[in-house]
Amino acid sequence: MSVIYILWLRELKRYTRSRSQIVASLGQPLLYLLVLGFGLGPVFKRAGYGSYFQFIAPGVIGMSVLFSSIFSGLGLLWDRQFGFLKETLVAPVPRIQIMIGRTLGGSTTAILQGMLVTLVCVLAGFRPASFYAIPLALGFMVLIALLFAALGVAIGSSLQDMQGFQLIMNFLVMPIYFLSGAMFPLSNQGKVLTFVTALDPLSYGIDGMRSVLLSAATFQPAFGTLTDLAVLIGVGAILLVFGAYRFSKIEI
Amino acid sequence: MIYARNLVKTFGAVTAVNDVSFEVAPGEIFAFLGPNGAGKTTTIKMLTTMLKPTSGAIELDGLDPQKKQNEARKRFGIVFQDPSLDGDLTAAENMEIHGVLYHVPRKQRHHRTEELLKLFELWDRRGDQVKKFSGGMKRRLEIARGFLHTPKILFLDEPTLGLDPQSRNQLWNHVKKVNEAEGVTVFLTTHYMDEADRVAHRIGVIDHGKLVAQGTPSAIKEQTGTVTLEDAFLALTGSTIRDESAGSADQMRQFARMWSGGKR
Repeated sequence: MSVIYILWLRELKRYTRSRSQIVASLGQPLLYLLVLGFGLGPVFKRAGYGSYFQFIAPGVIGMSVLFSSIFSGLGLLWDRQFGFLKETLVAPVPRIQIMIGRTLGGSTTAILQGMLVTLVCVLAGFRPASFYAIPLALGFMVLIALLFAALGVAIGSSLQDMQGFQLIMNFLVMPIYFLSGAMFPLSNQGKVLTFVTALDPLSYGIDGMRSVLLSAATFQPAFGTLTDLAVLIGVGAILLVFGAYRFSKIEI
Repeated sequence: MIYARNLVKTFGAVTAVNDVSFEVAPGEIFAFLGPNGAGKTTTIKMLTTMLKPTSGAIELDGLDPQKKQNEARKRFGIVFQDPSLDGDLTAAENMEIHGVLYHVPRKQRHHRTEELLKLFELWDRRGDQVKKFSGGMKRRLEIARGFLHTPKILFLDEPTLGLDPQSRNQLWNHVKKVNEAEGVTVFLTTHYMDEADRVAHRIGVIDHGKLVAQGTPSAIKEQTGTVTLEDAFLALTGSTIRDESAGSADQMRQFARMWSGGKR
């Protein structure tokens, strides 16, 4: 237990110490929120979908949780490069504890980041349907963070060096984001897009967040809140097991 | 304390370690010398549970490191060729994580951290982030950390690589101090022959995966009829330069160095 705790704490300390990185990581969500949120607003409204700013805010929150959780898992590559990974892997501790500590730590920082972005959204004019919506949205953030932190660990365990990083970024992380419906409604799409977006786990996370954050009058869930929860928990559990398996196979 | 018999490790068609046998007595400082690619690191990896030998037997304090992995790991400390500290954390925090990973009880952990950081002259800097440390300080911290869980054996894989003579000298003085005070067995590799000559009680020379000489520094000099250990080493291993092909780890190290602006 203490091993999991200390590795969790390590991730948290590293996060809170990299102040400039925290500020920098707010840049992209802000850009999407403000530029797209206001830029596409008039078109969205004319199409009869209501406020685009309200619509995109949960998407931007989901995006920031996705990015920080998957990168926390990929931080494994950094630790491999700067050697700290070895220090943990030759210690007399079961690997599974190391993996759990890292994954929980990474998800915690992703959740903190998500809360920070939520705050920024509210400051910029986002209005959740009710006060109770926030803790419910937090629940979805937790599920998204765990799922993608585990995916990050699985990928980080499989890559040998930083060369694969761009590949993962362009062919996995960005598609997960763009296909999640973070920026556009998933309803009334063509067959292909409907099919592909349904394969993206983040779609369910963002759909879930919207279903709790937005009022029923302005947003109809694409999948339904219960389906969202079930998919996130199911896929998350599979990825945690897969991540732990890949982590156990790392050669020092 | 360390016992290796007929150790063999092959990677495909390449035999990295070929029938190596040696013994290191408790409390002894043993230097394992050899040119690049001779099989030093492979041997250390096999001794420290990181690699499974193709054949042969190993005992660390009476334990087979492959069968009783975690038990064996509690009994040794290791300082790798490459740094393995977390630069974003402070010296004290790096020690704390190590203590928890090795199940050192809290009170003992704090007491021992203070004792070791004072000995290695890092106590005043315990609250500073490790990335602000000089190369010598980082190495000292890693060695202090290796001693934290009071291991019976400490493995040091080229710990003085890239350090100036002052730092090297100071580092070995510290290692010798702990060796004498606590009776820790030390197994080290280095490319600096003067260090091995000064620090080690006994030396093993490995070349092309085979142990070519073993004994006290003076015995090895006598055996080769040379004055310095450096000459003895060259007499034993020849003077051709070994070109080690850069493995992925080396390439990564290179990349890390580039990326951190040569600060590592």
